[in-house]
Amino acid sequence: MARPQTIAEKILAAHAGLEFVEPGQLVLVRVDFLLANDITAPPAIEAFRKMGARRVFDRSRLALVPDHFAPARDVAAAELLRVTRDFAREHDVEHYFEVGEMGIEHVVLPESGLALPGEVILGADSHTCTYGALGAFACGVGSTDLAAAMALGETWLKVPPTVRFEFTGRLRPWVSAKDLILHTIGRIGVDGARYQAMEFAGPLIEAMDMAGRMTMANMAVEAGAKTGLVNPDATTLEYVAPRARRPFSPARSDPDARYEAVHRWDVSDLEPQVSLPHSPENVVPVTEVDPVPIDQVFIGTCTNGRLEDLRVAARLLKGRRVARGLRCLVIPGSQAVYLQALREGIIEAFIEAGCIVSTSTCGPCIGGHMGVLAEGERAVSTNNRNFYGRMGARGAFNYLASPAVAAATAVLGRVAHPAELGVPVEEVA
Amino acid sequence: MRELRGRVHRVGDDVDTDVIIPGRYLALTRPEDLARHVLEDLDPELARRIRPGDVLVAGKNFGCGSSREHAPVALKAAGVGCVIAGSFARIFYRNAINVGLPILECPEAARELEAGAAVSVDLTRGAIRDEGSGREYRAAVFPPFVLEIIRAGGLVPYVRRRLGGDGEAVS
Ligand code: SF4
Repeated sequence: MARPQTIAEKILAAHAGLEFVEPGQLVLVRVDFLLANDITAPPAIEAFRKMGARRVFDRSRLALVPDHFAPARDVAAAELLRVTRDFAREHDVEHYFEVGEMGIEHVVLPESGLALPGEVILGADSHTCTYGALGAFACGVGSTDLAAAMALGETWLKVPPTVRFEFTGRLRPWVSAKDLILHTIGRIGVDGARYQAMEFAGPLIEAMDMAGRMTMANMAVEAGAKTGLVNPDATTLEYVAPRARRPFSPARSDPDARYEAVHRWDVSDLEPQVSLPHSPENVVPVTEVDPVPIDQVFIGTCTNGRLEDLRVAARLLKGRRVARGLRCLVIPGSQAVYLQALREGIIEAFIEAGCIVSTSTCGPCIGGHMGVLAEGERAVSTNNRNFYGRMGARGAFNYLASPAVAAATAVLGRVAHPAELGVPVEEVA
Repeated sequence: MRELRGRVHRVGDDVDTDVIIPGRYLALTRPEDLARHVLEDLDPELARRIRPGDVLVAGKNFGCGSSREHAPVALKAAGVGCVIAGSFARIFYRNAINVGLPILECPEAARELEAGAAVSVDLTRGAIRDEGSGREYRAAVFPPFVLEIIRAGGLVPYVRRRLGGDGEAVS
């Protein structure tokens, strides 16, 4: 007899050839898609060779996305990029994203129809969990694990228990998906979901667009989770259907599935949230942040570098000026996002406001290039981590916020509530 | 699978990967060099006392901290035949299996086994036996594919074997 399971359990059971799985169980699963970037691909390629593997199990099920230090920021990066490029050529890897097609991996894969509901996706990058927003079981692994999966098309996983987070209520103006996930991490802490699968649900998630869901799933790992998932629904299918590059079969949690815990949070009173240096769990309402001068605002990354994010930021920046002495960097998450933003006049609005707009790359998110911070500088960023030294100097200060808060901050020169700009309110989530 | 036999060495709760192999040695690449420094901040003599096949018994959350694979590699190279702990940190757990270091989660055995005791471990059955008292403890049994990875000596040799050694998939 079938027994109730969560979406995570169903996907793992289906890929292990089992009827059901239990939390804690070790399973050998078939993988649908694999991913590595310019930093993690070279060690994976080396391990792949050590394993004596001569070909990738399926050349259409691996993506190599040079995004962290690409376009090559220096000679060392150029060498790493070449290792990845040569491997892609040698193995005729179907989804290799060269400069010109590239973008941040977790923006590019969903928009290219390469991450799909019901799939098991492994990526040699911790934010691979982003694809949970589409209803995939996706998690980050080490380069050796990835190499084994590249060779065999399978991997072993321990089934995580699932914790469900239901969001209810009516969001206040300018409160977005980013605020919900920051709030969640603030409440449960950076190890609050250690080794668990987080399932995001409830009326507010059901009403949320795919960009917002990806923002939330993206940061599941910041709460220590193995992955974060949203049950696929009409919104998911509408997004996926025109893009999908493979057939797929969505799974959904059964209504009576067993959860490790269920949190039901009414977030009607929630203000935009900010995570203070130097941990994602130091979350406070935007109104409680000290009005110290901010040196840099960065709008982009796999958390908030999608078109919807840029639209919100542009609504606030359009017709205004970036505060004197503040640098505002905007980095669209992919070429497609960039192009569409250009067509909508968003890029123009940014440039007229005094921002710079750069080609898609992770760039400053890991202090890589395109805006590294100096000692003592303060930055408000739409990314996902604000550890010491994450965006440059160890003594720099990194605040995490939504695109709306980042844009308002860029205009006012201090961490600001978007409402302070007096822009007409719209539903933003 | 063959039984493991050895003497117990005990460590406490929350032994992190920096204690297992301090960051200052991460430039070392040969397992045998790493092995000489294993757990040295906890007990500088321990590495020399470990005989091949000995069993390391730990409290809860063993291997917490960074994701360095050096930690299980160093333990294995030092001669540790098996780690028994109340619980393991997630990444260490995965890394240990991937480098072929047998690990067993068994809070009872972790509590009761005394330093110096002679124990035997049967991984196939998840059985831990205190030779002195004759007491047997049971840990969760690994599925066959995990035993195969451990038996092969880790993920790299396991994949190599699965590929039939000649680089072509055999299954
Ligand atoms: S944008 Fe930042 S968090 Fe996302 S993949 Fe790049 S470096 Fe990692």
